[in-house]
Amino acid sequence: MTDLTTLTLASLRDGLAKKEFTATEATSAYLERAEASGPLNAYVRLTAEKAREQAKASDERIGKGEARPLEGVPLGIKDLFCTDGIPTNASSKILEGFTPTYESTVSGNLKRDGAVFLGKLNLDEFAMGSSNETSAHGPVINPWRREGQDTKLSPGGSSGGSAAAVAARLCAGATATDTGGSIRQPAALTGTVGIKPTYGRCSRFGIVAFASSLDQAGPIARDVRDAAIMLTSMASYDPKDSTSIDRPVPDYEKALAGGVKGLKIGIPKEYRLDGMPSEIDALWQRGADLLKEQGAEIVEVSLPLTKYALPVYYIVAPAEASSNLARYDGVRYGQRVHDDDINELYAKTRGEGFGAEVKRRLMIGTYVLSAGYYDAYYLRAQRVRKKIADELAAVFEGVDLLLTPSSPSSAFGLGEKSSDPIEMYLNDVFTVTANLAGVPGVSVPAGLDGQGLPLGLQLVAPAFGEEVMLRGAAALEEAIGFDAQPTEWWKS
Amino acid sequence: MSLDEATVRKVAKLARIAMSDEEITPLIGELNGIIDWIEQLQEVDIDGVEAMTSSVDVALPMRADTLTHDETGGGKPGEIVANAPKTEDHFFIVPKVVE
Repeated sequence: MTDLTTLTLASLRDGLAKKEFTATEATSAYLERAEASGPLNAYVRLTAEKAREQAKASDERIGKGEARPLEGVPLGIKDLFCTDGIPTNASSKILEGFTPTYESTVSGNLKRDGAVFLGKLNLDEFAMGSSNETSAHGPVINPWRREGQDTKLSPGGSSGGSAAAVAARLCAGATATDTGGSIRQPAALTGTVGIKPTYGRCSRFGIVAFASSLDQAGPIARDVRDAAIMLTSMASYDPKDSTSIDRPVPDYEKALAGGVKGLKIGIPKEYRLDGMPSEIDALWQRGADLLKEQGAEIVEVSLPLTKYALPVYYIVAPAEASSNLARYDGVRYGQRVHDDDINELYAKTRGEGFGAEVKRRLMIGTYVLSAGYYDAYYLRAQRVRKKIADELAAVFEGVDLLLTPSSPSSAFGLGEKSSDPIEMYLNDVFTVTANLAGVPGVSVPAGLDGQGLPLGLQLVAPAFGEEVMLRGAAALEEAIGFDAQPTEWWKS
Repeated sequence: MSLDEATVRKVAKLARIAMSDEEITPLIGELNGIIDWIEQLQEVDIDGVEAMTSSVDVALPMRADTLTHDETGGGKPGEIVANAPKTEDHFFIVPKVVE
């Protein structure tokens, strides 16, 4: 029998429906592989027993002809999604021992559609990071290595566990979240596909909050079709999230076949950065050429405010985080460090419970919101943000999509960027504008660099342009024909 | 604008984060580096630009003002306090606040 973990999510779904194999077999194959993936540190918690029960229930449904869209498909869940009865810690010490009594809407939607949950995936603490090194569980290791070397590389972040698990075939697909690039950058660094949908497309209910005006859930999967299938299930209108949009969810899989003929695709010239590796530039040009060969019109566009997107982000996101994370006070959930004085209890609990990067961002956020600085920093950032969003909207009057690189480099070594916060922040230089403006973006594998490491290309669409964006992504994917796999050095 | 040690300590107090001297010292340099970097926003002309307060252009939806157990979490005191470090009779227990 074929190794079921080699099948794409779509093939697995189809094979299950045709009863070529069972959900129990598929789940066992994935659990076995996940259990032997210790060195990657992608899972923080496997829920094998629950997964086997879910698989058994799926097999019964398939037997009765009652299969749902994702019946029996084994998925991994980023440990930022609250899962009823299963500990959820956001890779933070302060949430040790927290077991939600409710399910996030996105994971609930996947369950409703019959998916099997294998376990919870590692991430940067509270999704704050671009390398997975800020996790209280230790970093995730990228399944990819530089050719002929055994240096441990980062899978990117914050959805590093999700990206690594998909790249190493430890699940058929994974949930992820993206506040400044946390789906697309790790997808690029691991040769996987990641979609950040339009703000409001997926409910934020039950996702541990980081920066609420930017956070958005999406899938990381092996190819564009798999990601589209997952997004169709994950997206929904949800009265429990007041920013969720009441708009029908299309079947994104059906959008893939459209092709790019007649589409106008913009190349933002300001994304050509000084000091960017020439290989990235070459793959970007190649991507544009491939889309052109398939009938798209490629035009250069200008987004002069691009360089201000990251500084805006590093005011807005920490400000929102400082407000959101005020809830971790040692009173209602998580860890508490006792003191007879309530203010000391708060301060000690938070001092012990938060890691260095989270503290840094909470300090920045508290500072930019404090009396005397609010107008100069926070309000100014929100006004520049509006200008950036307007500038992008104006460009989308003339083009259907934008094509850009997904990240400014391929996977980097652990510790290589963690000593300088700003250098780490620059990882999101190509992705963060989509979050500020609330528009969707997708990263597709573009090829390997000279070291044998994957690089990604990003397509960005106007709000609710997911279908056109995925048409472009599918066309790009087919033309590039990326089929490289990491060597399985981690298997014990 | 630069943050001196006293300002960093004040911000830590506002953020309710207890920090040792070993944590404060490197943070002074790091925070100044980040603040210097975001300072470049001062050069953008924002005259007449409204602050962006929402990523999507929609009005906040209203719901009927009724208690719905499934949607707003009413009627679940046991679940609300289930994860609290210290509780009694569905109350959160904290040190004495008022003498």
